[in-house]
Amino acid sequence: MESSSSTRQLLWFFAIAVCVKLLLIPAYHSTDFEVHRHWLALTHSLPLSNWYADETSPWTLDYPPFFACFERFLSIFAHYIDPQIVDLHNGLNYRANSAIYFLRISVILSDLWLLYGVYRLTKNADVKRRYLIWVLIVWSPALVMVDHLHFQYNGFLLGWLLLSISFLQEGKDLMGGFLFAVLLCFKHLFAVAAPVYFVYLLRHYCWKGLVRGFSRLSVLGAVVVAVFAAAYGPFLYHGQIQQVFNRMFPFGRGLCHAYWAPNFWVFYIILDKVFSFFLKKFGFSIQIPAASFTGGLVGDSSPFAVLPKVIACNRLKQYLKKKKKTQWTWCKFLTT
Amino acid sequence: MVVVDSQSPPKFGDYEAQRHWMEITLNLPVLEWYRNSTGNDLSYWGLDYPPLTAYQSYFHGLFLRFFDPDSVSLFTSRGYETYVGKLLMRWTVLSSDTLIFFPAIFYFAFVYHSSCHSSRKNDCAWHIAMLLLNPCLILIDHGHFQYNCISLGLTVAAIAAILSQRELLASCLFTLALSHKQMSVYYAPAFFSHLLGKCLRRKNPIHGVAKLGLTVLGTFTVVWWPYLHSTDALLGVLSRLAPFERGIYEDYVANFWCTSSVIIKWKRLFSVHSLKFISLTATVLTCLPSMVQQVMAPSSRGFLYGLLNSSFAFYLFSFQVHEKSILLPLLPASLLALEERRPFKWLMFYGLFSMFPLLCRDKLVLPYFALHALFMLLYHAPCGHGGRPRNARPNNTKFDYFDSFKTFMNGFIYLSSFILHIVYLTMHPPEKFPYLFEAIIMLICFYQFALLAFYTNVKQWSLLEHSTTEEEKKLI
Repeated sequence: MESSSSTRQLLWFFAIAVCVKLLLIPAYHSTDFEVHRHWLALTHSLPLSNWYADETSPWTLDYPPFFACFERFLSIFAHYIDPQIVDLHNGLNYRANSAIYFLRISVILSDLWLLYGVYRLTKNADVKRRYLIWVLIVWSPALVMVDHLHFQYNGFLLGWLLLSISFLQEGKDLMGGFLFAVLLCFKHLFAVAAPVYFVYLLRHYCWKGLVRGFSRLSVLGAVVVAVFAAAYGPFLYHGQIQQVFNRMFPFGRGLCHAYWAPNFWVFYIILDKVFSFFLKKFGFSIQIPAASFTGGLVGDSSPFAVLPKVIACNRLKQYLKKKKKTQWTWCKFLTT
Repeated sequence: MVVVDSQSPPKFGDYEAQRHWMEITLNLPVLEWYRNSTGNDLSYWGLDYPPLTAYQSYFHGLFLRFFDPDSVSLFTSRGYETYVGKLLMRWTVLSSDTLIFFPAIFYFAFVYHSSCHSSRKNDCAWHIAMLLLNPCLILIDHGHFQYNCISLGLTVAAIAAILSQRELLASCLFTLALSHKQMSVYYAPAFFSHLLGKCLRRKNPIHGVAKLGLTVLGTFTVVWWPYLHSTDALLGVLSRLAPFERGIYEDYVANFWCTSSVIIKWKRLFSVHSLKFISLTATVLTCLPSMVQQVMAPSSRGFLYGLLNSSFAFYLFSFQVHEKSILLPLLPASLLALEERRPFKWLMFYGLFSMFPLLCRDKLVLPYFALHALFMLLYHAPCGHGGRPRNARPNNTKFDYFDSFKTFMNGFIYLSSFILHIVYLTMHPPEKFPYLFEAIIMLICFYQFALLAFYTNVKQWSLLEHSTTEEEKKLI
């Protein structure tokens, strides 16, 4: 009785959010809309071996294979509703109502997975905490703005994360680890949580004496490897692994994205600007490209005027050569 | 809760009319606003609301001119539609809503719930949500583009003032509302009868009436000052406010004249002049019972019912009623939402339904369904007691048969209305009757409105019998 009424209440929260999201359908959307529409077309029209090699549009596939499969799944319905949505060439920049409604509603429906994750996570929480979590997640304005205005599928991905955490909470570590591995094959950005997972699973699941611990470690390792094999196996078979990684980790784009994330590198940029300003005042000839960091363009590296350019691979190689400071490498590697 | 601005394109009708009024009031002197001249062609969206709307247009015009002068320049800005212009216009409505309507609602909620000792925080929150998230108001003001929030906000403030025994303030605010939109006259009989009833109960009625009269006249003078120097100017404005030549009804509004015109062709049988007289008589007669009740036994609760009844009377029987006028009975129904939960839900459903053809023309179908769904979800919020009457009567087996028949009829009509939504959107009407679906919608809505009006009138009269009960003592 208690759980059915709480399920009803959760559905009520979700329904309210859906109404607001429906009202946002005709609103602004960014280029990410065209990105996802193109990926629907890409995965629908081309065989697997061409997914990461195709250059029809500047919006190339840069998410791991499971997400591409997800787009393939959606494209089945898109094709049924309006074939032009998934047309590789004629669908470029397609803005008809059918495309907009289909894509927007697909995000709204994929949020059901987030709902399931939230439900599982808060099943055993007390009422006040449950409501708080529901309000913060289901009605999160940031998530609504990014997913339903700017256009992304983060709700769906966060659903996997919450699901994984809910299993860890219940003590089912293997399942939690498995789901996290699956999530990594959806969006590699979540690898920022990998160290935490690694340490937690190692300590909580595998630290059970020599034999048992080692066998558990092997099982966990096998599961993760199996997931990654399922995702990247086909591309390994086609000999495209290098291309896939190039697409997933576009280091050529430079240290900072066109729109700055409020992270540590902002200070680096500011320092560079300050140096270039003062050095120029003192008569040095410094080439300062106009609006190199705020121009909003995604291109091949935004140049630093004074300080050395931070290139991931160089640093990576240097550090791996010099010391095994894996934490530091992760930081640099993941903030590019 | 923030009102979501529907991003649909503005309509050339009301949007252009409002923009044009800003243009006129900014560029021409006050006296010319209602006069036909080379600068002001009254046949192109001439001003047809009282002076307060004109002053409000002037202020909004100043705001628009600061950011985008081209949108309000004389003559050249006709049909002007850019993204920035649209955004600014929508912001003027949003700001009026937030600055006038919202505070008025909070004032009312504060007064109403502090006098009602049995109300809980949940009920108060639910009530405020129902008032602020009125889908009709959002769709009309922010979708279709109007400024009803200002006149309705002023009216709500006046009602709250009456509930807190500040009658002079109330009459001042209501006069302002009347000076903003002449449609506020729908509430005038209720205000008049309630205040008269209150005055008659005092020791010196003439003194009370005189004070109120002076407040009203004073407020009128202040607002209409530019037009009071000659009868010509005054009549010029008044003639713009009551365009009788447009006929007794237009389009398919769910009121008596339009619905009965299916059988009795009023426009053919009578001239405009006689129709004016007939509709006036009908309106006054329908208002009369509610007015008499208030004069005999004025009370806060009766006053709210009186507002509902007089606005219903005007909606059903008045001259030149628009579909949008359903907003006027909806307001007192929302104020009474805690006492009359189911009738409120009915009225909202059928009020929205009666506006459905209009909203379809405005391409507001998605916001219509989304806001309607949002309203129903909030109405049935799990924390509140939506749908259940506050003072539920104990189950009496004698009425079970009648109750189940009522439930069946209601369910049947709800279902038919829902199906009609789909039919209207997907099917084409037959060639012989191009407006068949609008007519059916109008018939269903009129039937429901008439039933509700009858019910609320009976309810108001029943208050006379209970005039000495506890509830009355609590609310006065």
